[in-house]
Amino acid sequence: MYHKEKSIQIKNSASALYNNLGVLRIAPRRLTYFTVVHANVVNMVSASWDGLNYSHRQLQSKEPNVATSTSLIMQAAFCALPSRDLLVVTSQKGIQIYESDGSIMVYWHALDTPETPTAQAVFARGISAVRENYICVGISSGAILVFDVPSKGSNITLSEVLEEHKESITDMAAECSGSQECIADLVSADDGGNLCVWKSGEEFQLLNNIPGFDMSCSSVKLWKGTVVAGYGTGQIRLYEAVTGILHAEVKAHARWIYSLDIAPFSGLLLSAAEDSLVRVWHLSMTPETNSVEVAHLHNECVTDTQICGAKFCDGDGYAFAVTGYDLSEIIRYTQT
Amino acid sequence: MSSRTLPLLFINLGGEMLYILDQRLRAQNIPADKAKKVMNDIITTMFNKKFLEELFKPQELYSKKALRTVFDRLAHASIMRLNQASMDKLYDLMTMAFKYQVLLCPRPKDILLVSFNHMDAIKDFVKDTPSILSQVDETYRQLIEMYTPLSSGEFQLIRQTLLIFFQDMHIRVSIFLKDKVQNSNGRFVLPTSGPVPHGTQVPGLIRMFSCTGEEVTRLQFNNGGNYTAAIREGSFEIFGDRVTKLGTNMYSVSRPVETHMSGTSKNSAQHAKVSAAPNPLAKEELNLLAKLMGGLEVQKPGNADSGFRVNLFATDEEEEEALISRPDELSYGVINIQATKDQQVNAELAKIMGEFTESGDQSPSASSKGDDLLAMMDGL
Repeated sequence: MYHKEKSIQIKNSASALYNNLGVLRIAPRRLTYFTVVHANVVNMVSASWDGLNYSHRQLQSKEPNVATSTSLIMQAAFCALPSRDLLVVTSQKGIQIYESDGSIMVYWHALDTPETPTAQAVFARGISAVRENYICVGISSGAILVFDVPSKGSNITLSEVLEEHKESITDMAAECSGSQECIADLVSADDGGNLCVWKSGEEFQLLNNIPGFDMSCSSVKLWKGTVVAGYGTGQIRLYEAVTGILHAEVKAHARWIYSLDIAPFSGLLLSAAEDSLVRVWHLSMTPETNSVEVAHLHNECVTDTQICGAKFCDGDGYAFAVTGYDLSEIIRYTQT
Repeated sequence: MSSRTLPLLFINLGGEMLYILDQRLRAQNIPADKAKKVMNDIITTMFNKKFLEELFKPQELYSKKALRTVFDRLAHASIMRLNQASMDKLYDLMTMAFKYQVLLCPRPKDILLVSFNHMDAIKDFVKDTPSILSQVDETYRQLIEMYTPLSSGEFQLIRQTLLIFFQDMHIRVSIFLKDKVQNSNGRFVLPTSGPVPHGTQVPGLIRMFSCTGEEVTRLQFNNGGNYTAAIREGSFEIFGDRVTKLGTNMYSVSRPVETHMSGTSKNSAQHAKVSAAPNPLAKEELNLLAKLMGGLEVQKPGNADSGFRVNLFATDEEEEEALISRPDELSYGVINIQATKDQQVNAELAKIMGEFTESGDQSPSASSKGDDLLAMMDGL
């Protein structure tokens, strides 16, 4: 179903972090941007579709006015809003927002880091663009920061702090089907496996709280009102977002799941784990019976590699890319 | 990232160090009483109360340089001496072994079982010495108190922090190559077969439910591997069967311990660049070192009869050659503390340490004391 293409070499190896691959497709310029985190550096590659041009850039998690701080980066992700694309980088010290090519930092938000380290780690993790103008970022305390983003310029403001989760946020995802009918706009996941479903607005509204089972949910997606969640046990669960009804449960992987992605136009689902496997599934909704079906389509094994990032490169799922711990390349696969 | 990583890193690396030294002491036919003294001295220093107090405080992981310096000092806590090449090799083996154990742990929580395997072996080394034994027991209690309440996600954060520390290390270890757990490119073999972790089920099943919660369909799929059901869970108590073999002594069957330097420099160079920037954390690191050195007995100078040198290579020539041919990128940039200057250094440090503990409030005065320590280290 898929075959391996030429890999893209990156300057550093990928660190073992959840959802450690960012992809942004820029159709007008026939380019795709990729981001891979290595310790305190974000490796950015811009790849032309004809496979002939690659340009690299590295971003460091440097806080303004602090000369010698080193802060480990937890995640780097693209936020595609209708008016603009931005790159969000979260670390132990705070949140940095850049123009999508990484050229200019437009906003910096510092976290409240204590003078002496506490037993509970402090960091930001979990990034999602929501609707027209919001970017949401999760914090280790369980709080979610909601930023209001203007259509251009750097006047980004902190609009709200959502305090519902009691454990560290792991991942967040916005409804990606493009449908305006879906009530739920955002799902957030935490280290206890708890899922919160939100409606965006001037004040975000909590629609549902789906309890976990004491196992971290490391990656989450929201598509056509269905939450798709990947857990440390290797399980994938599909819930109806607003009601919390369990649609399906998949014994998907033999180790901790690190990344999920959905191709919104085709309903293809990608899952990747520490067990070296990337799996492709197909989701189909039957609104009449309010049921969701999951079918397994394909496996790819990245030998001797614990995968930490996997994303589709386009909305149909025609191609996907994978990163692994200690690997200095982005591996790509295309449909045959 | 996780502020609870350092104790696990230290104890597991220390455990590996003891396995290797124990094997080398036997291989070099060091008299039993001297060998025992070395092991006891090192273990006593490792579990020094003040040092452990410092270690268990919430803090970021130390730099490779600082940690290497701590282990240099630890290895010289007794009458045994190691040349730089042997110390480099010892540290390479220790770190690659623990990297292997961290990667192969089925669940992040299993890193605690690996730590208990090391602790169990250390306890066995000192079972005839009650005073050290009680220090070791106390450490078990601290580990249990700190780590058993942690969630799966918090353990994964610890694991991720450790993996950043070990990033890009691909030194080939002879035992690993022979056992086929490491490839010739230095990367570890990750099998897609065997038992799944405790709490996970064998992949291959899709279950779909109706709105009322009844299972409607079951579908099986090919999981691409050869997995079996999980085995029983290991014990997280002071005594018990840990079940996992990770963290047990792989050197007990006398096998030579070689490392291969060639073909490993490519990725290590990139990592070395990242840690080159000056780091204010260096003062906390030296604080730890001071506590460690403060706990050491001053070795009487001129007692040349009891001292001896251990070589991690087969011959002195090999050791010499290893030092010359070691790639620059793999040097640890160790703060070189000459054994002969210990007495004076210890006295200075003890004085500074005394000032630390008396004042209690460390923040404003620590920076100047830290500078004293830094200056002293640089001057050695």
